[in-house]
Amino acid sequence: MLHLILFLFFGAICVAGAVNLLAQSHPINSALSLIVVMGSLAAEYLLLGAEFLAAVQVIVYAGAIMVLFVITIMLLNAGKEERTQGSRVAIVLGIPGVLIGAVLVAWTLVGRSSTTQSVSIGALWGAPKDIARLLFRDFLLPFEVTSVLILIAIMGAVVLASRPEGGARGPRKDEG
Amino acid sequence: MRRTRNLRPKARGQECPRHTDTLSITTFIIISIIKSVAVVGVLLTAVAYSVWLERKVSARIQNRWGPTRVGPFGLLQPLADGAKFIFKEDLTQPHVYKPLYIAAPMIALVFAITSISVIPFGNWVKVGPWGTYLQITDLNIGLLVVLGITSMGVYGVALAGWSSNSKYSLLGGLRASAQMISYEVSLGLSLVGVLIMAGSLSLRDIVDAQGGVFWHFIPRWNIFHGQTLAFFIYLISAYAETNRTPFDLPEAESELVAGYHTEYSAMKFAMFFMAEYANMVTVACLATLLFLGGWHGPIFGPPILQAVMPVVWFCLKVFFFMFLYVWVRWTLPRFRYDQLMAFGWKVLLPLAVANIVYTALVVALRAQYPGRFF
Repeated sequence: MLHLILFLFFGAICVAGAVNLLAQSHPINSALSLIVVMGSLAAEYLLLGAEFLAAVQVIVYAGAIMVLFVITIMLLNAGKEERTQGSRVAIVLGIPGVLIGAVLVAWTLVGRSSTTQSVSIGALWGAPKDIARLLFRDFLLPFEVTSVLILIAIMGAVVLASRPEGGARGPRKDEG
Repeated sequence: MRRTRNLRPKARGQECPRHTDTLSITTFIIISIIKSVAVVGVLLTAVAYSVWLERKVSARIQNRWGPTRVGPFGLLQPLADGAKFIFKEDLTQPHVYKPLYIAAPMIALVFAITSISVIPFGNWVKVGPWGTYLQITDLNIGLLVVLGITSMGVYGVALAGWSSNSKYSLLGGLRASAQMISYEVSLGLSLVGVLIMAGSLSLRDIVDAQGGVFWHFIPRWNIFHGQTLAFFIYLISAYAETNRTPFDLPEAESELVAGYHTEYSAMKFAMFFMAEYANMVTVACLATLLFLGGWHGPIFGPPILQAVMPVVWFCLKVFFFMFLYVWVRWTLPRFRYDQLMAFGWKVLLPLAVANIVYTALVVALRAQYPGRFF
């Protein structure tokens, strides 16, 4: 019972954060709303029994990626966004589309609720050891390929960010 | 609920039931409340007195007396400081972005204090019919929880710098975030060796794995047990994580006035101050648990003393780290910013990765040829 209440509570926070993310006009408030979404998602994972996934969600998304978002916003000193009326297409097609999608998902879930099982903390198969065994034994090749992919992305970022040939490289001496 | 899981191996030679197995829910809640209040009280006192320690030790290093007027040896100085912080005028500059300006110190302090909740500081104790672990809560992923909470602490500093709307604050906040993210990488990687040795993410299991001695006198702590390099990587990264000298660039007073908390006064400033020292305590606790064997140490004397000794050892080790913090701060000069980044990424990170490879190799060899490697 407590589980269900907590689950609904964090679910509501998550949705509220997501709506707030769109409604806020200042980028940094939007970024903070996204952090709330990430954090409440982590709480939902925890309630579903995936402790490790919850911790990783906080460390990687809320703690690292969102910090970079916030730093970028701070560095660019992005100001308030101007409010526009919004496109008419979005209102005419978007809102009914979202509603239809939500109804479809809910309908499918309710239709299958008899075959699904509920889980609780500790009941799910998601301990760090199990995940590690999957990652480093059964799915070793995809894992390594992904790491190569990330390495390529890092190299691309370095190439794009480096100064053109002939320009000053590294920290300038006169900056002290 | 958690009681469905029982993955933890029983501690050596002791009957240690999970508290939820034996206690009724009311007793469990009462014990939890007592533990939480006690631990947070001790933590806040430790924070106040580490400020006193800092002032006293820095004074002795600089050949002066430090606080002497308030109480014997200036021992009541933290109380006087606290009263002063409360009664100072709380200025809020007109140009700040108010919601975040007020929230930032709270974020910093909350995340700094929360991580103490998974730190174990002693073994199983039994008082009358009730028994409990000396720890607020024991999680299977305790270490990850601490890392997650400390990684969220960056927001306090970053948002303070941004919402103050002043150039020094912004520069300080940016420096702090960049530095904390960079050093979190080597900090996290330096812990992997310990995790490989212990085979668990629970802080209690990690400490339990460090019991005993080898060669009859050297304690089996991780620092003496192949993780010496990791210990020093952790120590250096921890200094950078907590923004302490020689890595205190976010508040380098000669360049940035006071960095991210330039615009803060009174209790809001005190909250940043407390957050910094609470983070130091957390980091010192982690170093004790992961590398110095936690509460392990020689146990002797009558039973009542034997029950208290582990906690005393734990506190002594944490105190050693706090002293080291102060000692380093007043002995070493500050790094330059590019030196700081180059050191983190080009020296500490490769060393940490090398340590992981080495540890994994040794553990694998030991599993292959048992008894050949100590």
